[in-house]
Amino acid sequence: MKKILVGVKRVVDYNVRVRVKPDGSGVDIDGAKMSVNPFDEIALEEALRLREQGKAEEIVAVAIGTGDSQQQLRTGLAMGADRAILVETDTAPSPLDGARALRALVDREAADLVILGKQAIDSDNNQTGQMLAALWDRPQATFASKVEIEGDTANVTREVDAGLETLKVELPAVITTDLRLNEPRYVKLPDIMKAKKKPLDTVSFAELVPDASSAITVTAYEPPAERSRGVMVDDVAGLLAALKDKGLA
Amino acid sequence: MTQVLVIAEHANGELNPSTAKCVSCATAISADAVDVLVAGNATADVAAQAAKLSGVRKVITAERSENEHAIAAVLAPQIVSIAASYTHVLGPSTTFGKDLMPRVAALLGVSQVSDIMAVHGAHSFQRPIYAGNAIITVEVDPSTTVVATVRTASYKAVTADANAAIEAADVAGIAVPTHTSYVGIEASASDRPDLQTAAKVVSGGRALGSSENFDIIYELADKVGAAVGASRAAVDAGYVPNDMQVGQTGKIIAPDLYVAIGISGAIQHLTGIKDAGTIVAINKDEDAPIFEVADIGLVGDLFDIVPALTAAIG
Ligand SMILES: Cc1cc2nc3c(=O)[nH]c(=O)nc-3n(C[C@H](O)[C@H](O)[C@H](O)COP(=O)(O)OP(=O)(O)OC[C@H]3O[C@@H](n4cnc5c(N)ncnc54)[C@H](O)[C@@H]3O)c2cc1C
Ligand SMILES: Nc1ncnc2c1ncn2[C@@H]1O[C@H](COP(=O)(O)O)[C@@H](O)[C@H]1O
Repeated sequence: MKKILVGVKRVVDYNVRVRVKPDGSGVDIDGAKMSVNPFDEIALEEALRLREQGKAEEIVAVAIGTGDSQQQLRTGLAMGADRAILVETDTAPSPLDGARALRALVDREAADLVILGKQAIDSDNNQTGQMLAALWDRPQATFASKVEIEGDTANVTREVDAGLETLKVELPAVITTDLRLNEPRYVKLPDIMKAKKKPLDTVSFAELVPDASSAITVTAYEPPAERSRGVMVDDVAGLLAALKDKGLA
Repeated sequence: MTQVLVIAEHANGELNPSTAKCVSCATAISADAVDVLVAGNATADVAAQAAKLSGVRKVITAERSENEHAIAAVLAPQIVSIAASYTHVLGPSTTFGKDLMPRVAALLGVSQVSDIMAVHGAHSFQRPIYAGNAIITVEVDPSTTVVATVRTASYKAVTADANAAIEAADVAGIAVPTHTSYVGIEASASDRPDLQTAAKVVSGGRALGSSENFDIIYELADKVGAAVGASRAAVDAGYVPNDMQVGQTGKIIAPDLYVAIGISGAIQHLTGIKDAGTIVAINKDEDAPIFEVADIGLVGDLFDIVPALTAAIG
């Protein structure tokens, strides 16, 4: 296999507690710490390991977003990606159009494998990988917890509700990552310096996707229903009594 | 006119309970035009179960040998051929639906509405983002097909007392790919209630320290007839299998009673239990965030409390 494309989405860091603005016009993320989507770090780590095993030659990190996403692409380069591509756009594309942009890149780059996260932790959409596979007419192996490449096929173990399912897919294919696939490496300072010299190209989103599909529009933002703090009990007897009170024991 | 197609989830001849919850959401979109599609290699048993669901107009079967296992790339083109006469196509937000529905959406040329929590109108829905820290209302262009997954924890199953007609769709001529094959599944066998539908759930976290220590969680669960869940940390550490993970990236559940033992209450975990009836927390740290959402809290060492609680329950 020559080339792996990896998605690197810039998202609000998972430790930030995101809140809806008081006027309901959106979420308050001004100045929030931004990071690589955790599932995408796992995707990149898996690609790096495949390259280290001699199963892939080149790894290209791709972000769709504004110029700010260059920060996350630099992180990806510091982790070990060979090149990065920013698909530049000022407005967040619909999930389908994001998949269409990746579809166009897959052709340009002649990618043999695309590894994406199973979901972006901001929009929680969980759809881009499946859509790319559909548009590409290629296999999808979602929610991967183990990937084994043998020649032109991949054996992928998937975390499903009933347990662990294994699929065998022919390459090229799309794999999306679950949390237990691997533990991403930490970036070291010298790697950050080296990453500054690696190529980071920009292509315009409109060039890859000239006609936008119909979007799903957001008309309101609300905070979730809050649960309130209940009662504290002192001991097991108190706990049992409280449960009996609610008809639960 | 609004016509809703619900994609049934099933395995080993059993309809998954998520389907009855999807039908519940579907009837909020259209009261009298909800059909259920059962795709499989032998669909009779599952179709009969689906036909009982209240609010279902008819059950459509799509039977062929390639449908033995739910492979998204194989099912999607068949679903698309049937979806032509529908305005809405819904599936559950289970791993089955999350895998399949976006592939259907892309083939229909639309984005998917993920995790519907509430229906405001035929093209207006509520869904969570940022691990449930914000709830948004989205509007879908009415000139396009709505493809969506349903957050099953937000819906109660419809009753199973109806008797809809069953008809077979002709899917034999639809080209399906051969690039994906099913190898097998490693399912953790358990006689305990199913985590996603159980009325009571007892969960353990990192504090348990080992899979042997997890036995005290199982003992308490068995005493009260509960399903067993876990935090991501407990799964990552190998104390329990992955299918027990509760949370943003695990299972989203809504039991009447949820007991969190040795779980700190990270946002990603809380996302999975927001809709629980009563939350009980047992934790030795009185400042643990889990206590902010718990209805009943007890501060102390779980290794003392849990065996004592199990013994005290009659
Ligand atoms: C992208 C992403 C997705 C995630 N998805 C999920 C998810 O779906 N589900 C999930 O659960 N997590 C998820 N996480 C992880 C989450 O952030 C937390 O790390 C995890 O929930 C912590 O698990 P825990 O509460 O068991 O462990 P800890 O946070 O380590 O908490 C252990 C608790 O046990 C208490 N304790 C220790 N000893 C005792 C004792 N003897 N008696 C009583 N109490 C004791 C401690 O006070 C502490 O509160 C996700 C993280 C990321 C980044
Ligand atoms: N803007 C983006 N830039 C790069 N990758 C993306 C972008 N949006 C989605 N992806 C990829 O698709 C995965 C799933 O995202 P989603 O379908 O939005 O939940 C992410 O984990 C990324 O790998």
